[in-house]
Amino acid sequence: MAELTSLRDAIASLIHDGDTVAMEGFTHLIPFAAGYEVIRQQRRNLTLVRMTPDLIYDQLIGAGCARKLVFSWGGNPGVGSLHRLRDAVEKGWPHPLEIEEHSHAALANAYVAGASNLPFAVFRGYTGSDLPKYNDRIRFIRCPFTGEELAAVPSVRPDVAVIHAQKADRKGNVLLWGILGVQKEAVLAAKRAIVTVEEIVDDLNAAPNACILPSWVVTAVCHVPGGAQPSYAMGYYERDNRFYQEWDDIARTRESFQAWIKRHVLDTEDFEAFKRVLRESARREVA
Amino acid sequence: MNAPAFTTEEVMTVAAARMLKNGAVCFVGIGLPSTAANLARLTHAPDLVLIYESGPIGAKPHVLPLSIGDGNLAETADTVVSTPEIFQYWLQGGRIGIGFLGAAQIDRYANINTTVIGDYRKPKTRLPGAGGAPEIAACAGEIFIILRHSKRAFVEKLDFITSVGHLDGGDARRRLGLSGKGPTAVITDLCILEPDPETKELVVTHLHAGIAREQVQEATGWPIRFAAEVRETAAPTASELEALRDLQRRTAEAHGRA
Repeated sequence: MAELTSLRDAIASLIHDGDTVAMEGFTHLIPFAAGYEVIRQQRRNLTLVRMTPDLIYDQLIGAGCARKLVFSWGGNPGVGSLHRLRDAVEKGWPHPLEIEEHSHAALANAYVAGASNLPFAVFRGYTGSDLPKYNDRIRFIRCPFTGEELAAVPSVRPDVAVIHAQKADRKGNVLLWGILGVQKEAVLAAKRAIVTVEEIVDDLNAAPNACILPSWVVTAVCHVPGGAQPSYAMGYYERDNRFYQEWDDIARTRESFQAWIKRHVLDTEDFEAFKRVLRESARREVA
Repeated sequence: MNAPAFTTEEVMTVAAARMLKNGAVCFVGIGLPSTAANLARLTHAPDLVLIYESGPIGAKPHVLPLSIGDGNLAETADTVVSTPEIFQYWLQGGRIGIGFLGAAQIDRYANINTTVIGDYRKPKTRLPGAGGAPEIAACAGEIFIILRHSKRAFVEKLDFITSVGHLDGGDARRRLGLSGKGPTAVITDLCILEPDPETKELVVTHLHAGIAREQVQEATGWPIRFAAEVRETAAPTASELEALRDLQRRTAEAHGRA
């Protein structure tokens, strides 16, 4: 059964140095508050898995939390580059980052394989692409029935999955809707799962086919309203496109990135304090 | 002469939109492909089915999405499925007629690089990477590619093949066991290119109004070939331009860039 707990306690007890962590959410419901808490608690040597690293992993990589990144599309959506990711890959700052690079189809299949307790995923993919030349975890196998050649990648089996959802009930059953990405698969593939939610309610009132993660597959549920900002939570708030654009400047230099992380994340006590300081920064900019 | 009433960028977008037939099923990349596909839906192809890799099937966004998973795509879709399902049942399942892609770099056989400039292990410029493109390029019935024409984009040799087009030409796709036709059109802000039926090398079939052959050669990193008969791209109509500009105005307002 999931424990209803503070985000600080969940990260402190469930994410350890050296863990493989998948913080998922495809543009929607990205668990940013949890990412800030990992930075605040200064976890190190993490292997970070995520289809689209987005700002959340740009922050974790720039803050020195990551040793390795497994990903399939590493840009700032609609804006351009992830400067901290690029600095780590191109210049090894703050330290070298090992990358394992896939396509979306491969990683999506790898999560399904992980959730299905299979050692690898098989699919039609990578034909003619150079990616298999540089990633030896992409291999090709022959179908035992037809002889066709198919792509294979190892399953994703994270130590911890972290997702954000709209609602949980008091028992810790979780409900999410809208663009679902690979969150369900990430949770079911992982040994432990942390879910931050917008709301905790008495009754989820979910339709029979709704995307529900029962309490007994989740380790910790944390009530963190706004925890997916600057991404969005359908039914609660929209994507903060302006922040995604501002991040391009913030992350462009090491100095401005470090100043931002110090002021907003390292020097704040929790996500509520973070939001307060972020509002002050926004006001200061307007003034 | 008056200045033309439209830009080459608009000609590109309109020309690409026209290639999408009403009722087609199109897997759409973000950016230029998404602009053209939505313009098609708002003009001649109201029943064009737009599928985005984040999960929306039959998306009818009021404004162009800034990211591949914008809420407007989910709210206006016929259904929203998980990302694994999109790739497994819908793309790999053979349900997609047209894959519509952008590219950072392209070569003469319409192979695409969106991964890296320079050496993969010591990159000069790290690009975002593959996303859904390798499997879209492999599994969709055919592929349209839209990108701006420049020597940096149209290169003699790609540093990295992210998504395969016609590889080294001829019947390469068949030899690789790929089912789809691969790239059948490349639309740029100067011209339209199509693969030669035999060699699969891209040849210029249409020039946009006012564009000279020399300009295309100047912006291409290999000796570019022209079709025996090169036509002029039909100019955008007033209603197409109005629909495109309205869409872009709505989008700018919605994303706070007005």
